[in-house]
Amino acid sequence: MTQSLTLENISAHYGSTQVLEDLSLHIAEGELVSLLGSSGCGKTTTLRLVAGFLEPTAGTIHLGDRDLTRLPAHARDIGLVFQTYALFPHLTVRDNVGFGLKQRKISSAERKKRVDTMIERVGLNDLADRHPANLSGGQRQRVALARALVIDPPLLMFDEPLSNLDAKLRVDMRVEIRRLQQANGTTALYVTHDQEEAFSISDRVAIMKGGRIMQLDTPEVLYSQPSSAFVANFVGFDNMVEMEVVSDTGDMVQAQMSGGSLIDLPKSRFKVPSKKFLFAARPEGLSVTTEESSIGIPTTLGMRTYIGRAYQYHCETEAGTLLANGPQATPRPLGQVAKLVPQPDQCCLLPIES
Amino acid sequence: MKNRIHPALIVITVLTFLFLLGPLVVIIGSALSDTSYLTFPPQGLTLHWFTNIFEVSAFTRTMGTSFMLAIGGTTVSMLIGIPAAYALARYRVELPAFLGNVFVLPILIPEIVLGFSLMKSLASGFGLPIIVALLIGHALIVLPYTVRVVGASLNSFDFSIEEAAVSLGCTRIKAFFVVVLPNIRAGIIAGFILAFITSLNDVSISIFLTGPGVSTLPIQLLAHMEQFFDPTIASASVLLMGVTVAVMAVVERTLGLTFLTK
Repeated sequence: MTQSLTLENISAHYGSTQVLEDLSLHIAEGELVSLLGSSGCGKTTTLRLVAGFLEPTAGTIHLGDRDLTRLPAHARDIGLVFQTYALFPHLTVRDNVGFGLKQRKISSAERKKRVDTMIERVGLNDLADRHPANLSGGQRQRVALARALVIDPPLLMFDEPLSNLDAKLRVDMRVEIRRLQQANGTTALYVTHDQEEAFSISDRVAIMKGGRIMQLDTPEVLYSQPSSAFVANFVGFDNMVEMEVVSDTGDMVQAQMSGGSLIDLPKSRFKVPSKKFLFAARPEGLSVTTEESSIGIPTTLGMRTYIGRAYQYHCETEAGTLLANGPQATPRPLGQVAKLVPQPDQCCLLPIES
Repeated sequence: MKNRIHPALIVITVLTFLFLLGPLVVIIGSALSDTSYLTFPPQGLTLHWFTNIFEVSAFTRTMGTSFMLAIGGTTVSMLIGIPAAYALARYRVELPAFLGNVFVLPILIPEIVLGFSLMKSLASGFGLPIIVALLIGHALIVLPYTVRVVGASLNSFDFSIEEAAVSLGCTRIKAFFVVVLPNIRAGIIAGFILAFITSLNDVSISIFLTGPGVSTLPIQLLAHMEQFFDPTIASASVLLMGVTVAVMAVVERTLGLTFLTK
């Protein structure tokens, strides 16, 4: 009995500091939406408001057609998974998982059946009678997951659930979380500061800053078509250069950078937002070439770093230092004069913010 | 390979243990002495002075009062101290910092000042019965121990555990009893024992608050010593020591003593 979650015009304050400003968000039934942002952006506050641990100063929260806004936390019926796992140290795995059912006065036979099924589903059969202190981090988070899922909540919420795990386990666990969430078809709100984590398992991601949602869309759209300089920077467009349109010739727009160099932008890929705009490129979106004839940004290559799949160059240009990647096969020397040619599918154009 | 131990370390260790345990040996020795005055080493051996405690009605009566006060006073301080410690730990950010120190005041104020002011306020001012004034006084002097020791285990308690319980359908109050209390049990027991022993052995507050007909064992011992310098006082001390050791032994068996030194 999964339900949609709707936040309307939510504002929240800590004392006199505003932490959320007129935030609205709708999560459809069965959808997993992540709130992504650095600390202090309001993502955890949003989760705590929905959980009922904080009260909004304005706005409403609905789960399905139930108004949660003033409902006490214990009556909200939401499955929560915490960063610190928050298992009950004095109870066994079995009793931890069964805790919510016990509160719901489910008969012990029924409880045992559901707990056993859930423990089986998260693969902890052999550990059911252990205490949390005797489990590894990954196992603990599985217990936490089972405990939240077994009450069959209309909404699941995750508060940075993988931050305390090591890198390899993080990847396994996020797949596990996604698998269980999809198998149950439960609506989910997932809070994280890890972009890769959010993008890999979410239906949609909300990128937050200063208590507001900057952009809410599918990972694919966020990745290729950020709507603002902040989001672009967040998803890896490390290079931003101010440009101005100088000519428009059919299927090409020619633009000039602040230093005077010209680049060509095919209209089939780029939609120029205004006469003056920001040109944003990932490091892999600027290819380094020494061919005289090519149209690009003139540069002198600076420091070279090895990033695994490529070399990355700190390129001195008239618009400042830009990052560009070059193939491993041809490492280029420091001080070489070259050109940076934009690769349309790794670049985007953004409006200049006032 | 063998770890070399500096001879000075051995000497200091031995001296420290002598300093800690020596007086106890003297007391135990004196308690067994077959003389009508306190002396060490004991001359002759007898258990007479131990039986004497239970024959002198003043001792048995005050012993009852002392245990009653220790249990009652500690219980009252727990009823105040646990919620206080909880609030201090849970709302650490929101509450002003000095509030935590307020609960330590009873051990910071010179005991004689505290005793005198309690006498003036509780006994003379409000005219409370002696036993009630004693109970309040004892609850007050042990409060710092309960708040601090329970607070120490609450400070290492992850309050998201409580939130997890609430999210699973527990009310806040129920979550406190079902999830918080069982996880600070060690702190509560440790606090209870420290408070119990402090109350049982208190002289400075009790001496101001005791009065006609109502006294505690330590006060009775003092009074007894002023009149008779016989080994009863030593045997009573050994008995108090025995109670303390027994309590510690039980705790060690059930919890381990490490939480006291943590």
